[in-house]
Amino acid sequence: MAVIEMHGLALASIVSGALASPVRLLLALGSPSLAHLSPLDLAVIAIYFVMVIWIGFYLKNKSNTSEEFFMAGREMTAWIAGLSFVSANLGSLELMGWAGSAYQYGILAAHWYWVGAIPAMLFLGMVMMPFYYVCKTHSVPGYLKMRFGPGSSIVSAFSFAFMTILMSGVNMFAMAEVMKVVLGWDLNFSIIVSSVAVAAYVALGGLRGAIFNEVLQFVLIWGGALLVPILGLIEAGGWNGLKAKIAHNMAVGAIPSGDYTHMWRSMGHFQDNPMGVHWTGIIFGLGFAISFGYWTTDFLVVQRVLAANSLRSARMAPIIGSFFKMAVPFIVILPGLLGLVVLQNGDGSLMKLVGEDIVKANPGAGLHSYNEVLPLMLVRYCSPGLLGLGITALIAGFMSGMAGNVSAFSAVWTYDIYQPLINKKARDEHYVAVGRWATILGVIISIGTAYLVMSAHGIMDYVQALFSFFIAPLLGAVLMGMFWKRATAAGGFWGLLTGTLTSVGLFAWVKIDPSALKYVALSPYAKDLAEDMYRALWSLSVTFIVIFVVSLFGKPRPIAELDGLVYGATKIPKQDPVPFYKNEWYWAFLAIAVFLGLQITFW
Amino acid sequence: MTANQSIPSDEISIWFFIGVLLTIYGALILGYGIWELITGNLANVVLAKLHAPVWWGAMMLVLGLLYGIRFRPGKA
Repeated sequence: MAVIEMHGLALASIVSGALASPVRLLLALGSPSLAHLSPLDLAVIAIYFVMVIWIGFYLKNKSNTSEEFFMAGREMTAWIAGLSFVSANLGSLELMGWAGSAYQYGILAAHWYWVGAIPAMLFLGMVMMPFYYVCKTHSVPGYLKMRFGPGSSIVSAFSFAFMTILMSGVNMFAMAEVMKVVLGWDLNFSIIVSSVAVAAYVALGGLRGAIFNEVLQFVLIWGGALLVPILGLIEAGGWNGLKAKIAHNMAVGAIPSGDYTHMWRSMGHFQDNPMGVHWTGIIFGLGFAISFGYWTTDFLVVQRVLAANSLRSARMAPIIGSFFKMAVPFIVILPGLLGLVVLQNGDGSLMKLVGEDIVKANPGAGLHSYNEVLPLMLVRYCSPGLLGLGITALIAGFMSGMAGNVSAFSAVWTYDIYQPLINKKARDEHYVAVGRWATILGVIISIGTAYLVMSAHGIMDYVQALFSFFIAPLLGAVLMGMFWKRATAAGGFWGLLTGTLTSVGLFAWVKIDPSALKYVALSPYAKDLAEDMYRALWSLSVTFIVIFVVSLFGKPRPIAELDGLVYGATKIPKQDPVPFYKNEWYWAFLAIAVFLGLQITFW
Repeated sequence: MTANQSIPSDEISIWFFIGVLLTIYGALILGYGIWELITGNLANVVLAKLHAPVWWGAMMLVLGLLYGIRFRPGKA
């Protein structure tokens, strides 16, 4: 077990001696861990919590109206909205999970960062944002209400609120479990501390509090994680040295054979790559149905862009985010690949990471799972202080993920459920109070979900699958509503409903009869990820078809009523001319060029 | 693209909070790195001889000071 004992440090003791002892006592409830934190590391973590609470209290007086609490006053600059937009998605589960996938599958995992994100982010900024922004909606269900009426909006609001809060609980549990494995912290301690901190800064600061902390988290993640690939590349002898060492390890049978450094060459057949995916699934399923569904209609991320201070900022925000998203594989995928050649056991032999099931089946064997590759790399290179920074980045990632879910839940609950169904005509302060209480209630339900998942692990898979059921149909409804004037309220409602039922039905079909995979995912060799992609594609197609057919039998709304909502019926406000380097189109084309360059480089 | 933003002079910008955090972290990590350099008591990590805490901490400190000063409250 590659545990690195940290030295007792005179300097660190001076800095944090007073604080370290009680905290360490509290944390000592946990089990044996991957890393041992020095007092300096604990001080780094504690300072982060102090900063988070400071921000929450500072913003309390700036979140008095509903527009301030739920939409951050629509005052965010393009940079803040853009970093928050990309940061809301950059949770620690994702960082650790995809680093593990890179160790397992190689650079194929980068598809989720590039083709699975960039085209959708640019489409949101350049094509969809004007409609979201001009109609001044508070949420994605709010847009559906304006476009299709209350039916679609209520379906979408309930499904979003329900799933968002469940996901928050799953995140909370996952964080507690990671802290237990990496640091040996007690599960209850992690859940309580993170919940109190998140509840405090979101209930006090609203969306602005969540956004500020997401930007802070973004800086921490880069500050804490960037050192790992830099030092890893130095140790491996650069990119060419890494490739040569991977080839050598494959030749001697130390790691499974495969193409770890190319993204498209093994996509011709399902059975040619370890992920069991095909290029059609990657492009149409991941690159369109899932990615566009997530990045353009999931209110968790769209809410950040809606808080921008102008249409230009709102369009620029996803573009700024796209550049950082393209860079994330450097701190996630690259450490996973480096883990294949640099991680060693105590005796100097190459460490082999395995699946979670094997680790659980062999307790005490000193095995580590794929998902632990990032913490293992942190422990390998980071001395006291730097290790604390890396761990703080992981904690910040988990907390901002929870905060993102809770702040989005609070807005959808208040605007799309409470206001239309329970109390239509209350004063503005009342809705702010409802939002604050919804935040606290959301955290409490999340805690309940976390303990539910803790008592029955299988639930976690179902909760994550449930979330995917709603993404593609929502995309279908929003796209048809935004780009087809003829789409009717009945079409939107039935399309959303049948698309969701299609997704649920296909999932259940494969669960009951695994041989159905050859129909759902077009190949018996397809694996889980490929199944997700094709299921999303089927569900999106059904949504499109149902909206189209039902709308043909209904009476469309007059064009005048569609102003601000639909392409061709909306006058997009003219923007003042700016130099090319401030123009969103210039940066969008540059992002496309970089994106294509990456695909060619790692073809 | 620029990170500049115009904020009322009585408000604290997020960039200021980031500057403060980076300054504190940079000072702590650089301080530890210098202590390590002077005493030769290196941490038991790979590539410790590169003294990452010194240059990484210094970089964070400089960035933190730049942001902290540039976006300090009261500066219009």
